Amino acid sequence: MSTTVLPPGVNAAAPMGDIMPPVIARRGVLGFLRRNPTIAFGGLLVLLMVSVAVFAPFLFTKDPTALAPALRTREPSATHWFGTDMLGRDVYSRVLYGTQVSLLVGFSVAVLASAIGLTIGLISGFIRAADAIIMRVMDGMMSIPPILLAIALMALTRGSVRNVIIAITIAEIPRVSRLVRGVVLSLREQPYVDAAVAAGTRTPVIIWRHILPNTLAPLTVQATYICASAMITEAILSFIGAGTPPIIPSWGNIMAEGRALWQVKPYIVFFPAIFLSVTVLAVNLLGDGLRDALDPRMAKRL
Amino acid sequence: MFAYIVRRVLATIPVMAVVALFVFSLLYIAPGDPAAIIAGDQATPADIERIRASLGLDRPYLVRFGAWVWDIARGDLGTSIFTNLPVRTMIAQRIEPTLSLMVVTLILAISLAVPMGVMAAWKQGTIIDRAVMAFAVLGFSVPVFVVGYVLAYYFALEWDLLPVQGYTPFSRGFFPWLENLVLPAIALGSVYIALIARITRATMLEVLSQDYIRTARAKGVGQRAILFIHALKNAAVPIVTVIGIGMALLIGGAVVTESVFAIPGLGRLTVDAILRRDYPVIQGVVLLFSFVYVLVNLAIDIAYTLFDPRIRY
Repeated sequence: MSTTVLPPGVNAAAPMGDIMPPVIARRGVLGFLRRNPTIAFGGLLVLLMVSVAVFAPFLFTKDPTALAPALRTREPSATHWFGTDMLGRDVYSRVLYGTQVSLLVGFSVAVLASAIGLTIGLISGFIRAADAIIMRVMDGMMSIPPILLAIALMALTRGSVRNVIIAITIAEIPRVSRLVRGVVLSLREQPYVDAAVAAGTRTPVIIWRHILPNTLAPLTVQATYICASAMITEAILSFIGAGTPPIIPSWGNIMAEGRALWQVKPYIVFFPAIFLSVTVLAVNLLGDGLRDALDPRMAKRL
Repeated sequence: MFAYIVRRVLATIPVMAVVALFVFSLLYIAPGDPAAIIAGDQATPADIERIRASLGLDRPYLVRFGAWVWDIARGDLGTSIFTNLPVRTMIAQRIEPTLSLMVVTLILAISLAVPMGVMAAWKQGTIIDRAVMAFAVLGFSVPVFVVGYVLAYYFALEWDLLPVQGYTPFSRGFFPWLENLVLPAIALGSVYIALIARITRATMLEVLSQDYIRTARAKGVGQRAILFIHALKNAAVPIVTVIGIGMALLIGGAVVTESVFAIPGLGRLTVDAILRRDYPVIQGVVLLFSFVYVLVNLAIDIAYTLFDPRIRY
């Protein structure tokens, strides 16, 4: 360090590279987050919930399925932070492990529904003969309220996390397909696509090079909303007894079990409720932020 | 216009056909043999075969589908496996609470959400706008049953202002009926309010930036007249569309709301039917809700063409 004398309270400046990220970094991820605080906040919350799910066994949890009849329905305390349920299981541990189910269902449905919806939407947007049939089927599926559709599908199978994911995915596909189809149809009218056709570009190449990249932004936004709504649907299915089997702690299951006692022991219902609401809020904020950043036309509309 | 209405009505036929095919297939691919269930534990294979033939289960898929559609067209929704009652009777017994809940929610949601959206658009960027938008984000994120339990905990248990649970038939008086529906309607309506307020704000913002609004201002038309007569009237189509499409949220949410507030409606019927694997009842309810949903949206589409002279087909 130099020997310059500084006024009291002022520290010597560190080399520039240490205190200030290079300008290029501002254009990168950090700069992007700085310009989009909603994404930063939502993303941070989502990251927090993901860490809770991954590190659930290490966050001072007990076995979420361990019964302790002697310790039934204890109020929240130092040993049982969120109290215990009617079978003496630790609600804190159950809620933390419940994060795993919720996020697994949310992310899986978002990825699966987007991938399948993208495929159907592309086919529908490019093949006229298929379009008529596919869209009639999608219209029909869309006229069954999604929760009811998922409930009806769950009635066919045994309750398992996998079946919950499949049922909610099927219920979400029509909306994604319609979105992608709409984007494809409007892109096909673009002059640069006409130019590509005129230049003799083959259809698969047009799809890959000109159509697909332009569907990704709206699709990403849609995927976050699907993730949020899938987490709510999973909780609802489990809550009414048509979702995740009771042996697996999920937020819906915990609330379903706490239901009988909720007037006297409301905390059993409220803790999973808070976690569910905060997680869904986080994903929705992330979606709103992504929409504003990636899809300026949508941002103006909503 | 008449031709458009006819075309629009005809267009719902394939949609309903897909719904019917899906709902029918539900029973077709459902695990378990209905004939074996009806025959009971003591039945011989020959008994089961006879029952299967008498139910027509040995006929091909499309023939059975045709027969099923014909039954529905005559108003026969089948018989519950569990209670042996006709599904139509079971639905009729349960329809009043659900219908009441939906109507109250609809009125509550529209009368709150539209003014909220108008205010937010009028005062764009102010604290009112921010509050409405924050409410909209929360409304989308906090699930029906969470809102339901929080409301019931404070308004019913802590402050003892409203009944905790249950349903009072309309025939026992308007206020006892309404009292039981206030909390469920707010819980069920929260998502719906968020949705309508958001679209109202967005559409109003777009309309308020139009030239004719500036002209009206220049003429000296009052603020209230501009908002509610010039702007809202022109923003009506997207708002009403979303109200119709959002009915899907209302129907799905009703199933849960009825569970939280112990309302003996169609939602409870659905939940019970699922736990008992009572497929004819599940089919009946899904079919009914979907058809109502399609018809409501059809009615809204047709209403535009009648009331909005700008729409020409």
